[in-house]
Amino acid sequence: MSSDHYAPTIQPAELADVEARLARTWADPPGFLGWLMTVDHKRIGRRYIVTAMVFFVLGGLLALAMRTQLARPESGLMGPDRYNQLFSMHGSTMMFLFAVPVMEAVAVYIVPLMAGTRNISFPRLNAFSYWIYLCGGVTIFVAFLLDIGPEAGWFAYVPLSSSAYSPGKRTDFWAQLITFTEVAALAVAVELVATILKQRAPGMTLGRMPLFLWAMLVTSFMVIFAMPAVMLASSFLISDRLVGTQFFNVAEGGDALLWQHLFWFFGHPEVYIIFIPALGMISTIVATFSRRPVFAYPYMVLALIATGFLAFGLWVHHMFATGLPHLGNSFYTAASITIALPSAVQIFAWIATIWSGRPRFATPLLFVIGFLAIFVLGGLTGVMVASVPLDLQLHDTYFVVAHFHYVLIGGAVFPLFGAFYYWFPKITGRLLDETLGKWNFWLFFVGFNVTFFPMHYLGLIGMPRRVYTYPPGLGWDLWNLVATIGAYLIAISALLFVFNVIRSLRSGARAGDDPWQAPDLEWATSSPPPPHNFTYLPIVQSAEPLWHSDEIPVVRGATGDKREVLLTSAVEAAPGIRWQMPEPSLWPLVSALALTVLFIWSVFSPWGVVWGAIPVAIALTFWFWPSKSEQSE
Amino acid sequence: MRPAPWIAVVALPLAGCAGVQSALDPAGDEAATIGDIWHLMLGVCGFMFALTMLFLAWAIVRGRRAREADAEARHEPALSLALHGWIALVVAGLAVLAIASFLVDRRLLAPATDVLRVRVTGMQWWWRVEYPSDDPGRTLVTANELHLPVDRTSEIELRTEDVIHSLWIPNLAGKLDLVPGRVNTLRVTPRRIGGFRGQCAEFCGLDHAWMALDVRVESADAFEAWRQRHLAPAKPPLSAGEREGAQLFVQKPCVMCHAIRGSDAAASTGPDLTHFASRATLGAGARPLTREALAMWLADPNRIKPGVHMPAVPMTAAERDRLVDYLMSLE
Amino acid sequence: MRALRVVGDVSHLPDYGFGPAALGWWGTLGFILIEGMAFVLGIGALFYLLPLQPAWPPASRPPDLLWGTLFTVVVVLSEIPNVLAGRAAKARDARGVRIGLLVAVFVGFLLAVIRGFEFGALNERWDHNAYGSIIWALMLMHTVHVATDVYDTCVLAALAFARPLDGRRFSDVEDNAAYWHFVLVTWLVLYALIYWLPRMLGHG
Repeated sequence: MSSDHYAPTIQPAELADVEARLARTWADPPGFLGWLMTVDHKRIGRRYIVTAMVFFVLGGLLALAMRTQLARPESGLMGPDRYNQLFSMHGSTMMFLFAVPVMEAVAVYIVPLMAGTRNISFPRLNAFSYWIYLCGGVTIFVAFLLDIGPEAGWFAYVPLSSSAYSPGKRTDFWAQLITFTEVAALAVAVELVATILKQRAPGMTLGRMPLFLWAMLVTSFMVIFAMPAVMLASSFLISDRLVGTQFFNVAEGGDALLWQHLFWFFGHPEVYIIFIPALGMISTIVATFSRRPVFAYPYMVLALIATGFLAFGLWVHHMFATGLPHLGNSFYTAASITIALPSAVQIFAWIATIWSGRPRFATPLLFVIGFLAIFVLGGLTGVMVASVPLDLQLHDTYFVVAHFHYVLIGGAVFPLFGAFYYWFPKITGRLLDETLGKWNFWLFFVGFNVTFFPMHYLGLIGMPRRVYTYPPGLGWDLWNLVATIGAYLIAISALLFVFNVIRSLRSGARAGDDPWQAPDLEWATSSPPPPHNFTYLPIVQSAEPLWHSDEIPVVRGATGDKREVLLTSAVEAAPGIRWQMPEPSLWPLVSALALTVLFIWSVFSPWGVVWGAIPVAIALTFWFWPSKSEQSE
Repeated sequence: MRPAPWIAVVALPLAGCAGVQSALDPAGDEAATIGDIWHLMLGVCGFMFALTMLFLAWAIVRGRRAREADAEARHEPALSLALHGWIALVVAGLAVLAIASFLVDRRLLAPATDVLRVRVTGMQWWWRVEYPSDDPGRTLVTANELHLPVDRTSEIELRTEDVIHSLWIPNLAGKLDLVPGRVNTLRVTPRRIGGFRGQCAEFCGLDHAWMALDVRVESADAFEAWRQRHLAPAKPPLSAGEREGAQLFVQKPCVMCHAIRGSDAAASTGPDLTHFASRATLGAGARPLTREALAMWLADPNRIKPGVHMPAVPMTAAERDRLVDYLMSLE
Repeated sequence: MRALRVVGDVSHLPDYGFGPAALGWWGTLGFILIEGMAFVLGIGALFYLLPLQPAWPPASRPPDLLWGTLFTVVVVLSEIPNVLAGRAAKARDARGVRIGLLVAVFVGFLLAVIRGFEFGALNERWDHNAYGSIIWALMLMHTVHVATDVYDTCVLAALAFARPLDGRRFSDVEDNAAYWHFVLVTWLVLYALIYWLPRMLGHG
């Protein structure tokens, strides 16, 4: 980077000229066509977040239906077939269509801004990821409405999910949902690794990288190593059902537990894939609202990495009741208990940060406090189920339902809502209402605990999971009713959030660049940011750039007629290459539609894979064929 | 203060605690051993939760009172010390819980003597229960009920003929899955005489919610008496109605799936009905066994247990009455 | 809006690079990690199923050696044009790249034909038993990788002839060469497992 022959200050005329040129270079085509063709990570991130929240609401409605059925013993509202589809759709929607996508969506929006770059690493792949995700979600919901939705639970154990016991196409559509969503998630994961390692602002060494970027880096590697397991498992299942392979058929040398191993090898890291981005959000909010950096940064980074690694060594704890050898089980108890340690370190560090800072108890910090209370409880019940003998009582009961909702809602959804209140001003330029925010929080907190705390007790007094009804007289009646009331409270709090969003979009207080006086780079540009993110690319000289000084150090260059970002080295973030980014294009959408046809066709015939590949190959070729304007040196 | 309403307020919410399907009311060695680790976990985890929440409360209170000048006093050394102390405490706590878990696990695996062997086979959506004997003619076969002698270890071999099920009798022991191609063995050592309820705990399809097991723990003498009674063939039909019912049973499709030892019915696709009337429930816990429930079941099993594999056999109301007479006589 | 202070100028930096300096390499790496993990798990499934069978293969002869070995020989030899194309790309030698890519395309089609014969000589159907299922699965997974890389090579070859090669295209050719190494290495492992493991286990 040349540091001689430059003028240190920017004259207004130069600024106006550069802004105008960047706006032209980075503009999307106008109107609906531009909406379809955009490769702007912010536009894609926004639609990704909105779509994921729509699935959250749909998943919540499914849960309300389930809870209404269970409010009274033998309520008769619905039969087992409907109920089994409801809980299968609820789990699949929440895990595959909401939890992972929403975290990736927030990262798609925020990571390039926080890293100080203009766009995510592979912008067309980003667009493709959204479209294939949308197509997958629409496909499974259409299947559900046509009575061919999943019915074997979100983890579809064999032999129940084999064609002998789950005839028709229900389970095939479920298995293909996995393929859709895993392709989308893997695409985003690769983009995030490349963005975080190669596009950080000069000077943002790994040691100065914000904890949210560390969290997304760890998460993305976990996605890369975990998701192939479920893709393999679901492919084996479709193949057993469609072309008669024998992977899971004991009579011909297969094994029912092979499914469980492959599924849970993915399934356990999956919950950490959902949880670790939330840890990054918590760190961000705690730092900003405590007005000091998070305590013990090196420990926090190590904790994230340790959690990421350990998460791959736990999966057998989902199989403690299957009759595997005891010595092996004990290893997984040890590993499952050990993973509590990095989380415990992080909990201490966050509380210590608040303790030693000057906290402002705005809504984002309230959600952090809610997270601390709920997640810690959930983590502790996790230590309980990690014990093999105790798990043999608690496994497959409502105790486990309570446990995972405490860690997933407490550990991921509460931080997510905190992040929404935090980053909404940056995304939209307006602040969410604080009073409504507090009501939102308290209703959610109370409603959540009323719903799920009694479930610990229900499990201990004998209520198993996935039962469409239960007989009276076992002592389960009252607490099921209480849990249902809590579920409706949660629904009200969600409505309040939606109302807050709609109202604030119309008439919320204008946010300005940096309403929270936060330390990170995304607050160095306008709210919402222009298409090119930053007029001049920033460099950083500390881990809290906006707290370090009132001025923003920037570089000239990469502001011209080509869409350019700056690539820097992975560890030291030294500038290396001016990399040209692709133009908007319809080919990612076309490719996603072609791939959708292939996926749906292959539910009905294996030749769908072969013939369906041809339009996909053609679309991909047009996608990657460089235009004349994309010549480099 | 009147005790009655006060007790109701406490008792009603905790009604399931001392129930027939409760892990909180151990009636056997295995459940009691697990109960020990449950109490330890509850204590240690409860303590850690309280500690964490106290720290959080302190941070919030302190934070509300913080002033500009306080920000300069960074407290890093004190916090650092506290962090290391915290790590030590957490490691110690986790180690205690892990070691306790291993010790409990080993206690549950300690070899037992004078073991009673039982064989349970899970099917959608009922349990075949057998008490094997060296003499094949003396193997007891029944369905959806498990009788066990008190103060004696029983080892239940678990098999499935279709999908994965899981046998769970929370008052007695943890659960264990029934996996295709495998034989898992569940050990129970009941210590209290009484009736308990077990239930399938692995989602197994439409009627997973109605796959319960009636468990009776009896004294050694009572158990032996029950065993002898059940080894005997079915009571011959006495009244005219019962005799007609017995004939209908072998003429209609019933005989294709069910066995009644002492008659011509010898199929094993469905539950053995030799001593059917001695059971407490119908359809693996779907209904208490009464004449009315049985009549409804015979008319259309799907109305009681939607999706059940037993078809609605065509019969007149009179035929149904005779069959009910006959089946209710099979004690 | 905060004040901006200029501390440098990046206009003179190059606009392409090779290897990890460039972004495309990271995309290729991501893909290799994902597919590599899928292979690791597939191989894990093979070793999980192996002890459950009475013999390996349980009901047939092991796959015939001819076509599989021929594939192995050709794919190892294909490293020659592959490495040459990669080196030419790094040296910005347009002619070398064009020749290397053409040879790679030709070899790719040859491999596709050989692979077709291989499937016919596996000696077990995918739906007979778990052994058949897993070896067909591994073969199909690898074939998809070969097919996509050959297709990618064809597109790069077309680009190399359609217009002058610029820095980014040279970088893409080098990434493609790196991906071919992955295709080769995974095949060597699968060849050993599918063709030789049954023979080592005494089935020969």
